Amino acid sequence: MKINFRRLIPQAHTTSGTLRNSFDRRSLVVGSVQGGIGVLLAARMGYLAVFENEKYKLKAESNRVNLSLIPPRRGWILDRHGTPLASNRADFRVDIIPERMVQGDNTIARLGQLLSLSPIDMQDLHDKLDKAHGFAPVEVASGLDWERFAAVSVRLPDLPGVVTQRGFSRHYPTGPAVGHLLGYVGTASAEDYEKDRDPLLITPGYKVGKDGLEKVFEKQLRGKPGARRVEVTASGRIVRDLDTREDVQGKTIKLTIDAGLQDYAARRIGPESGAVVVMDCHNGDILAMASMPSFDPNSFSDGIGRLEWKMLSDDDHVPLRNKVLRGLYPPGSTVKPMVALSFLEAGLDPEESTICNGGLRVGNRVFHCWNRRGHGRVNMAKGIYQSCDVYFYYFAQKMGMDIIAAMARRLGLGQEFDLPVVGQSYGTVPDPAWKLKKYGREWQTFDTVNATIGQGYFLVNPLQQAVMASRIASGRQLMPRLLYSDKPSMAPSLGFPQEHLDYVHKAMSDVVNGPGTAHRAALPIPDVLLAGKTGTAQVVGLNVSSGKGGLWKYRDHGHFICFAPFDKPRYACAVLIEHGGGSGAAYPIARDVMTYLWDKQKAMDTLLEFEKQWGGTAQQRLDARYRTYSAQYGVNAPAVSPEEEKAKVRQAEDTQDEPQPIVSDAQSPAPEPVAPATPAPTPSPDGADNAGGTAQ
Amino acid sequence: MTPSVVPEAVSRQPWMMLVPLFGLVVLGAAVLYSAAGGHLQPYAFSHVLRFLIFLVMAIVISRLSRNFFRMAAYPVYGGIVALLVLVELIGAVGGGSQRWLNLGFMTLQPSELMKPAIVLVLARFYETLPPPMTASLRGLVPAGVLIAIPAVLVILQPDLGTALAICFGGAVTMFLAGLPLWWFVSAGTAALIAAPIAFFTLLHDYQRNRVMTFLDPESDPLGTGYHITQSKIAIGSGGIFGKGFGNGTQSHLQYLPEAHTDFVFATMAEEWGFLGGLFVLFVFAVILTWGMNVARQAPDRFSSLLAAGMAATIFFYVAINLMMVMGLAPVVGIPLPFMSHGGTSMLTNMICVGIMMAVNRWNQRPSSFS
Repeated sequence: MKINFRRLIPQAHTTSGTLRNSFDRRSLVVGSVQGGIGVLLAARMGYLAVFENEKYKLKAESNRVNLSLIPPRRGWILDRHGTPLASNRADFRVDIIPERMVQGDNTIARLGQLLSLSPIDMQDLHDKLDKAHGFAPVEVASGLDWERFAAVSVRLPDLPGVVTQRGFSRHYPTGPAVGHLLGYVGTASAEDYEKDRDPLLITPGYKVGKDGLEKVFEKQLRGKPGARRVEVTASGRIVRDLDTREDVQGKTIKLTIDAGLQDYAARRIGPESGAVVVMDCHNGDILAMASMPSFDPNSFSDGIGRLEWKMLSDDDHVPLRNKVLRGLYPPGSTVKPMVALSFLEAGLDPEESTICNGGLRVGNRVFHCWNRRGHGRVNMAKGIYQSCDVYFYYFAQKMGMDIIAAMARRLGLGQEFDLPVVGQSYGTVPDPAWKLKKYGREWQTFDTVNATIGQGYFLVNPLQQAVMASRIASGRQLMPRLLYSDKPSMAPSLGFPQEHLDYVHKAMSDVVNGPGTAHRAALPIPDVLLAGKTGTAQVVGLNVSSGKGGLWKYRDHGHFICFAPFDKPRYACAVLIEHGGGSGAAYPIARDVMTYLWDKQKAMDTLLEFEKQWGGTAQQRLDARYRTYSAQYGVNAPAVSPEEEKAKVRQAEDTQDEPQPIVSDAQSPAPEPVAPATPAPTPSPDGADNAGGTAQ
Repeated sequence: MTPSVVPEAVSRQPWMMLVPLFGLVVLGAAVLYSAAGGHLQPYAFSHVLRFLIFLVMAIVISRLSRNFFRMAAYPVYGGIVALLVLVELIGAVGGGSQRWLNLGFMTLQPSELMKPAIVLVLARFYETLPPPMTASLRGLVPAGVLIAIPAVLVILQPDLGTALAICFGGAVTMFLAGLPLWWFVSAGTAALIAAPIAFFTLLHDYQRNRVMTFLDPESDPLGTGYHITQSKIAIGSGGIFGKGFGNGTQSHLQYLPEAHTDFVFATMAEEWGFLGGLFVLFVFAVILTWGMNVARQAPDRFSSLLAAGMAATIFFYVAINLMMVMGLAPVVGIPLPFMSHGGTSMLTNMICVGIMMAVNRWNQRPSSFS
């Protein structure tokens, strides 16, 4: 009723006139509301444009300007003559930042098409993406040609998360020859970024040293990143460069390495598993330290793909181990010059002699000489150049183990050197105190017998053998060094009387140039006489294998240490061939490497002859092997988990703490066939010159 | 009558409104020129051309007689409703929503034409309604139906912004027609209650999203909130004097979406600053004040409702668009009159201007035979 009433009242009064009045009043209200809203809008705009101007100016700027880091060019690594061992190559690259991808699978498929990636490349890319953390860039391809790079670049707006870049990539001209020495570079891992929140680490194209010198000198090599400010559209297209700050290249590192020699040594090892170290006898410079087989650091920088990993794991030659520093081997007879020096220092007359009948009876046991027919009367010189075991068995009993162990350490065995490397396995120089401590057992006669011929618990690495050779050659306490320095360094004398050194030098020269065990090691250089010492180290007991043939892993290690010229030592060298079947596998390599130092051409001719039989250089063989694998396995190689990867690397590196079995008997050397003094030089693909100069 | 050098046909035009309007169109053309990267094509030239064509049209409209408007009101309304139905049918056949008809030489959006038409038909309706019935249901229900038919058709398209504009124009006309105030108050209250319910039941997902983003634009800066955020950045970074003609980065680097249509004000504000914004507001104030004055001076109910309704329609465009670009309203696709690039909106607004000019002409000759 109330509603009706209220409606009736105005109805009664509604006329044209009242409507006109009401229109005038209400149009005023409408106008006021409109004006009010107008004022509100003006106020709002004033607030945005005047009071919040600074804030929005900043936002507009950060919209407009894109700041990107330019990864710094890595410092070069040069050899002693200034030849680059590691340099940078300008290249075109494509990366993905997984976080920013919208339709990941489509984008990746499209990229694969544009870059014409093989199925194997695609698989590796997927593996990398699976492991990647969202923010860290994943390399799709580098070293692209302009066409493929441009094909991706122009389609960037349709490919969110894809980054193209002109930059620099690490280049190792000699590839596998420097793999172990220099290491390689790769994208920073998530752990690296966790530790160091530097945005540079997740800048596409930026690489950190992952191994070897690249890792040790990371700080010096890194350099300072540049920055580029560009104006970009909302879709990310770059309109123009605003300004650019150039990067500062990392510092150059100059090494003592001779690039040519390093490459030569690595190639000369051929298909064998081994190591070559060459040192300067004046200042301890390491001229070459090659470990083969190796990996190609160039192909590692984009990550290790499944196939590459399968190749590495299938190889029983352990390509991941730097054998120069991580390989531990019984040194065999290469310790004999060292033992002889200790005898001389302890006052043994070198002419004092013993009779070798092919063995030495101590109590009711017979310790055999490698030459079962015996050497007859043997003095110290003959003990060295004929490598007579009985001489050393006999006099070691008389002189005692302690002086031998002390001399071994003085000459560098069992030592860790102050070198810029990621790790060294320093091995074992056994003596009675060591054995008691380690095994709680008394030193036995057979322990001395084993130690004097470099068997038993004795374990050294090839670098130590090279240091020993250089110290015997110079009589000075040379320290190996890798960083080049102009300053002449005079290592302190070891305090050996010159006549002791001369005596040992002469005996070692006779090994090669006289009635010794390694005639074929003589240098083909007139007036340069090589002095050396062979070594054959048994790996398993004679009951398992003779060590000369059969299963590769049962064959003897071949060693050779040497220096030249014998009367004025300039260079020292140590060669190890793992399971080479004896020293005959080692000294031809030492001979050719030393030849290279005096006559490159002659040495190269020999090498090229060998490489014809081996199927090319180390790099070519590695590439061929990769092709075989990709044909054989394609995309069927199994995926590798990070744990597996770590385990494999640890296995290759942790050689120092491998358990040593307790030796409970003498490890008498196997009988060697005694051959004619000068056999015809026939290079065999295995490098096994066993049949030639007999070795022990 | 003193003889004048200026012909009478020219001198009787409402120059105090037209000159600022020309200024606004020229500013709009300048902004469009800049938005096209410093080229007349494709926006600025056609903008001015359309304005001139439609200005001629507006002058022609202003010459029409009052009786012609009275006669045409219902047929025009009916015709446009028919077009809306046609659009709906074509959309249904074509399998998708459609808002326009392709006439061959231009695309026509009938819902736009409905904005002035609803005012016209309601003005006619209230003129013929006997004054005592204004406050009865007889004054409410037919008008409500007249508004509801096109509004529902347009919502179905779906085009919420235009439907709101139609309702707003209709409601303002009804308000000015003298309907009891408490109807509007209770309708407003009902709308306040119904809005949340409609929000969750009637609105499309994209519309709901726009509202949500309006309430919290930073929640989704790269998605739906992107428009508002970028628009505010453009306006805010312009400062008092702007970045200068042709120097707007937000628009030139495509951060600002729809820089030449719905967000043209942000494009302008970035380059011309707060002062440019005040100029735009000033011109609209002049036009609307003039329109309301014309309405107040109109000799009869039909003319005054017509002129005031037209002013309200233009006002709705301006207010919603500016509130949207400044982050005070959700993103609805409503262009800014006389500045945004687009034929239909220019057509609608110039029809409104033309009708206001017609009423203005009737005012000057109250004793004319029309």
